[in-house]
Amino acid sequence: VRYADTITILRGIPLFCRLDPTKLKRLAFACTDLTFAAGENLFLEGDPPDGAYIIEDGEVDVIVAREGREVRVGRLGHFELFGEMAIILNQKRTASIRAATPLKVLKIDADVFLRLVTETPDVALAVMRSLSEKITRLTERYEQLEVRVAEVSPMTRS
Amino acid sequence: MMEPSLYRFILKYSWRDQVYLLVLTVISLPLLYGALDLPKVIINDAIGGQNFPKDVYGFSFDQVQYLMLLCFAFLGLTFLRFGFRYYVNVYKGQLAERMLRRMRYQLFSRVLLFPLAHFRSVSQGELIAMMTSEVEPVGGFTGDSVALPAFEGGTLLTILAFMFVQDWKMGLAAIALFPVQMYLIPKLQRQVNALAKERVRTVRKLSERIGESVAGVEDIHANDTAELERAHFSYWTGIIYRIRFKIYRKKFFIKFLNNFFGQLTPFFFFSIGGYLVIQGDLTFGALVAVLAAFKDLSSPWKELLSWYEQKEDARVKYDQLVEQFRPGGMFDEALLEPPQGPPPRLAGPVVATNLTLAEEGGIRVVDAVNFSFDIGDRVALAGREGSGQSGLAKLLARLVLPTAGSLRIGELDLARAPEAVTGRRIAYIGHGGTLFQGSIRDNLIYGLQHQALEEPRYESDSDALEERRRVVREAMESGNTASDLAAQWIDYEAAGVDGPAGLDDRLVTILRRVELEGDVFGLGLQGLIDPQRQPDLADSILEARAVLSRRLAEPEYTGLVERFDPDRYNRNMTIAENVLFGTPIGREFDLEHLADNPYMVAVLERVGLTEDFLTSGLEVARVMLELFGDAEPGDEMFERFSFIAADALPTFQAVVRRADVGGLAALAEDDRTLLMSLPFKLIAARHRLGLVGERAEERLLEARRQFAAGLPADLTGAVAFFEPERYNPAASVQDNILFGRLVYGRQQSKRLIGGLIDEVIDGLGLRPAIIGLGLEHPVGLAGSRLSAVQRQKVVIARGLLKRADLIVVDRATAPLDPATQAAILVNVLGDAGPSGVVWVLGEADDEGGFDHLYVMEHGRIVVHHDRRADREPPPRQREAQAGS
Repeated sequence: VRYADTITILRGIPLFCRLDPTKLKRLAFACTDLTFAAGENLFLEGDPPDGAYIIEDGEVDVIVAREGREVRVGRLGHFELFGEMAIILNQKRTASIRAATPLKVLKIDADVFLRLVTETPDVALAVMRSLSEKITRLTERYEQLEVRVAEVSPMTRS
Repeated sequence: MMEPSLYRFILKYSWRDQVYLLVLTVISLPLLYGALDLPKVIINDAIGGQNFPKDVYGFSFDQVQYLMLLCFAFLGLTFLRFGFRYYVNVYKGQLAERMLRRMRYQLFSRVLLFPLAHFRSVSQGELIAMMTSEVEPVGGFTGDSVALPAFEGGTLLTILAFMFVQDWKMGLAAIALFPVQMYLIPKLQRQVNALAKERVRTVRKLSERIGESVAGVEDIHANDTAELERAHFSYWTGIIYRIRFKIYRKKFFIKFLNNFFGQLTPFFFFSIGGYLVIQGDLTFGALVAVLAAFKDLSSPWKELLSWYEQKEDARVKYDQLVEQFRPGGMFDEALLEPPQGPPPRLAGPVVATNLTLAEEGGIRVVDAVNFSFDIGDRVALAGREGSGQSGLAKLLARLVLPTAGSLRIGELDLARAPEAVTGRRIAYIGHGGTLFQGSIRDNLIYGLQHQALEEPRYESDSDALEERRRVVREAMESGNTASDLAAQWIDYEAAGVDGPAGLDDRLVTILRRVELEGDVFGLGLQGLIDPQRQPDLADSILEARAVLSRRLAEPEYTGLVERFDPDRYNRNMTIAENVLFGTPIGREFDLEHLADNPYMVAVLERVGLTEDFLTSGLEVARVMLELFGDAEPGDEMFERFSFIAADALPTFQAVVRRADVGGLAALAEDDRTLLMSLPFKLIAARHRLGLVGERAEERLLEARRQFAAGLPADLTGAVAFFEPERYNPAASVQDNILFGRLVYGRQQSKRLIGGLIDEVIDGLGLRPAIIGLGLEHPVGLAGSRLSAVQRQKVVIARGLLKRADLIVVDRATAPLDPATQAAILVNVLGDAGPSGVVWVLGEADDEGGFDHLYVMEHGRIVVHHDRRADREPPPRQREAQAGS
């Protein structure tokens, strides 16, 4: 029974684990199951945000186009949530997502996701936490890069 | 022009009819006298008389025969009298309706002459109320205006004359109280009139208020001001209530006086008349006749009084209508007259001299502007919004008349140019253009329909011709236009084409110019066609279905569409669709009522699905209650995902409780029907609840077969089956081509399959036909069935279609996105050919393609830049370059 499975999957995701049972069920009912073949795009950089995705099975590549070339900047796997930032910021997709393997995802429509975040403080907090983590990670990486840049060319930092 | 007073209006347009009615009235009076006199003769001469047999015109009658003769004469006279009255009433009714029609037509014509600024101060609601309901009693009165007082007054006088002939004292008794009534009643009536006037004014205020609330309903909700609006409403209805109540009191008091005085008169009759009979001064027959006559007297008297009331009411309303429909600055009627022959093309320079446009309150929107450019030039008007560009654009299109100064195109003074020239040779495209009810095509060709060009051909001696003649005659009688809506109105020449086929091509070209072709194509795909009326198109679409079917086998498209297959269960459509295997027509097999349908219920029972439906229905109800049982009303999630309407939730709650207690078997018929209704909406691939659609595919297929095989004759029209080789008239063109459902869970299917369908259609050369179908899409009231952007594009296309000599574009592209704005600007300039273009620049518009740039500030032109000078070298030099 797929609907019941969906509930289990959602409960396993940190963002939704503290959601009250009714809301979780409603969310499960509103989710769409999507399947993709390897190499198929889920969405493209510049697309309007249509929803957030949770990987049930398989992996995806995060791809950005830089000077006409495609650069893979990350890979996401089991039970990872993506696509939620563009919804919160209401801006176009900043990267393309492509299935790296045969893929099964749960899609939460953008408006459903937004309602969930705005109506449920716990979820809102979890979203903030996950975004903060992303920022922290990026900041760390930025600092590491800066250190390395400084090492490579000490003259630029006189 | 409207006459200043009601009676002038009546006499001007109906004096012949009024005289005729008057003559009829005079003729009818002797009949009345006869009808009054006969009873007396019957009583005195026939019943109570002597000296029989009597000779009448040489015939001899005994008493009974004589009585019968007189009685039949009375019968004949009565018939004649009332037959006469019937004829007069019908005649009056016809006259009144014609006058009403004339009046409405005149009012409407005047609305078309109002200066545009006036529409800002008058509300639509008011205009509608005045032209529909308020004018009605005025029109109704016109038939009665002369004939009724003449007839009823004459009747009254006849009856009185009769009374006086019988006995002058009786006559005096009958009229004794008239002077009192004639003094009191007009006095009261005047008060009622004043109140009626006030009521009309107040009701107008109320309709204004209602109109405002309806138009601003969004802001009411956004600001939570419903209570304030209700208070406003209550204030006005309170005033109306008070006025109406006062009117009632006075009206009924008038009635009381009439009734009272009316009953006072018999008092005189009985006392004085009785005394006279006893004394032997009056025959008994005469007293009976007078009493009978008195009975007849009260009716004309009442009629006269109510006529007087009506007259006053109509007069008040008429005066107010005249006042309301005479705003200052109206267009001259002559400007709107249909022209003789085609209007001349505009030529020569466009020259403004001290051109000024002032609004109410003296603000100078355009302030003493001077310019001159050639009619074929491209002119840009720039400046901050509200600096007068829009006013200037409207002046150039002669939508408004200059307050001072002049605007000429060649020899033509625009202020005096007939609308046949300005409305056809100049195109004005504003940003708030209106769409009229009808199809997109109707709206595009709206600007080509100025007058009936070619009468439709009616067969001689046919009913249609007879009907048309009747319509023309009636229109003439009430001063309306007799132009035939069925005529050929489209001015193909104005669009530069020679007929309908050429026009279609031209429409497509213009749709492309305004980037609307794709949308119209999309609407065409959603359209319906009748394969009986368009068999060729239906065949082509079936061909597209076959081609698409082949293409879907290509690896790129596999697994994206689940096609309709009579022998396979389709997991991507609802159970209802799977069983029907067709599109419901009408309400018989409507999704919401399938469980009520006895035939459907019987089919399910026969294939043994009833129990599955009940258990699944119970399960769906449980899930729905669990998910949405506590949902707030209007919850968006609920609206989108629930199978059960909000108001039905408590009902289902009760049903589930009853099922839990007594089991499904114990449920009442109504409860079972409710539960049965739910599984119909399940889609196996979408809902994943593990219910009937997923478990009982074989039996559902059997149900499908039985449903189709046993469909009773009276239901065959209620469903259009999915048949691989036949066109389904109840489904859209797109559904007919696809003949299947997009598979759930494939993100790209919509885009990929949409592209594939386009490809197939183009491959078969079907695009023009589909666009043609899209053009037939109804736009709805004020274009409500199109998006704001689509509406605006239709407005722009409409302006471009008529190939005007001067195209004035007044921020028409502002509602569109910047890329489209730029594209349309380029397209319009590129397509204008010898026509001139005046473009009020928006913020995003590029002035690169224009010959002149005028920058406006506070209604004045502050900069004029002749860009031809710096762009092109002078002609001589150019030749030299070409030669080198």
